[in-house]
Amino acid sequence: MNNILEVKDFSLAFAMYDGVFHRRMLNVITNLNITVGEGEMVAVAGSSGSGKSLLAHGIMGILPQNAVTGGSVLWRGQPMTPKLLKKIRGRALAFVPQSVTYLDPLIRVGRQITRDKGKLGELISRYHLKPEVARLYPHELSGGMTRRIMICAALAGSPELVVADEPTPGLSRHLAEHAMKHFREMADAGAGVLLVTHDIELAIRFADRIAVFYGGTTVETADAADFVNGDGRYPNGRDGGDGAGVGQVTGDSQDAGGDGAGAGSEPDGTGRRQGDGVGLRHPYSKALWAAMPQNGFVPTPGVQPYAGDLPAGCLYAPRCPMRTQACDVAPEPRPLRGGVVSCHHAV
Amino acid sequence: MMGALEAKNISFGYDRKRKVLDDVSISVGAGERVALVGPSGCGKSTLCKVLAGHLEPWSGEVTLDGEALFGRDAGQGTGFEPWRGPGHGHRPCPVQLIYQHPEKAVNPRRKLGKTLTEAYVPGEDVLRALGIEPAWSNRYPAELSGGELQRFCIARALAPGVEFIVADEISTMLDVVTQAQIWQALIRICEVRHIGLVAVTHSPELAARISTRVVELLA
Ligand SMILES: Nc1ncnc2c1ncn2[C@@H]1O[C@H](COP(=O)(O)OP(=O)(O)O)[C@@H](O)[C@H]1O
Ligand code: SF4
Ligand SMILES: [Mg+2]
Repeated sequence: MNNILEVKDFSLAFAMYDGVFHRRMLNVITNLNITVGEGEMVAVAGSSGSGKSLLAHGIMGILPQNAVTGGSVLWRGQPMTPKLLKKIRGRALAFVPQSVTYLDPLIRVGRQITRDKGKLGELISRYHLKPEVARLYPHELSGGMTRRIMICAALAGSPELVVADEPTPGLSRHLAEHAMKHFREMADAGAGVLLVTHDIELAIRFADRIAVFYGGTTVETADAADFVNGDGRYPNGRDGGDGAGVGQVTGDSQDAGGDGAGAGSEPDGTGRRQGDGVGLRHPYSKALWAAMPQNGFVPTPGVQPYAGDLPAGCLYAPRCPMRTQACDVAPEPRPLRGGVVSCHHAV
Repeated sequence: MMGALEAKNISFGYDRKRKVLDDVSISVGAGERVALVGPSGCGKSTLCKVLAGHLEPWSGEVTLDGEALFGRDAGQGTGFEPWRGPGHGHRPCPVQLIYQHPEKAVNPRRKLGKTLTEAYVPGEDVLRALGIEPAWSNRYPAELSGGELQRFCIARALAPGVEFIVADEISTMLDVVTQAQIWQALIRICEVRHIGLVAVTHSPELAARISTRVVELLA
């Protein structure tokens, strides 16, 4: 498989000014690695506001002036220079932005998708939009319509790589799946797709690989199947729950220990479950799995560290049930069971 | 219905040509939790705004315990009066709306501590339940993540006297751990204080977790 995109040891910081002379760097992304090959759909999954959009903007070369980046971005093995970007952006490299402000407010949306009438009609009907929509201006669209228009605009030109930044919020489940199937189809036809999303469920269902993003870095890269397959054991190695938080939102699981107690392994009345996530490596990935409504809805306590205030060692340490003294030193990414994990104690 | 929040025969459109809500009615009992689902663009967000008095319907009315909540003040001849119940002007509206995008719901130039205490001063218990750390109060909205901001917006909405929370996709943009934290805390507070809930979500699994009844709004 040929790599279309490689992001190596990527870091991003903002220069902030306290007063006139005191310049301070705000580190938003550190040591981030990700590759997208031909025919592959890779999801970067993490909470919103954690810097995922900045990663997408970094790849697209549209970062704000005061951003300072490190590491490298390669396009088919070549450094992504401003000149190369200019050549491929909007053609071989397509972008579905998160912000709805990317549409030009003064131009009818049909024109912004494509000038090719046939292609326009095809895309519009594919996304269950009425033909009249093409004649509307952006402000006349609902959030969900805008989202679909931006996807159409990105996919109109048959790109080699699609970078999609949160393409589904505001869409109904049905429309979100529809869009994901379209991305999947493009990957199956040989394109690469980099899906930046907070929606772990969509990532699990449609992507080949998932990079779990936490505090500005990828803590684990796993096959999507690792979130599903399992032998019935709870991912933290615990069998069954402590009783807290199973099946009810009213339990006292808010005070439960930091190890996601209580997901249990019995079905819990909310319908299908996503397997047991036992293939996962990092404690945060396991917490994500256990927090899904169809799994345990487990509210593992704690919040992601603030960019200006990152802990010195492992970024997950303040919330981690497995931390030891070794975790005062930041873990390097290492291969484990076919994935990559940044954790001293993952097995 | 005792203590119920009801919208009766609501019609509304953003312009004369197209009705977004056409004779829509919904009733939510005191302390009841309803998940509002429906296709994209069917008017869920619009209905939420009408329920909380952020939009004036063309026709129909919103009542709480049988009394009109909002309306034109006949005596004053002023415009649409959001929340005209007893003590209005001094008390926050008993129906509070929380939006999907918390960053759009707070003043970007104001430190969060100030925003939080605009309507009332939330107690320690609420702050702790929602996982709001004291140090955040000294930050501006741009210095917090979406999940952290949303915790502030929820705390702000839980003023004394509030009887219903209308939550329009409040966890759509959050990771699932934050989503579970926020909902578990919000629901616990609603149960203790007997606050009713209308929650828009696209996820049937989430709806099953947070609601006692699912209502579908048709396109
Ligand atoms: N500010 C607005 N101006 C004009 N039309 C709007 C506005 N907001 C929403 N609409 C229209 O109202 C309809 C319902 O929108 P909305 O209530 O956001 O739907 P939902 O929340 O169910 O997705 C959509 O067709 C949308 O185009
Ligand atoms: S390195 Fe230590 S603190 Fe970090 S996730 Fe692994 S066990 Fe937890
Ligand atoms: Mg909406």
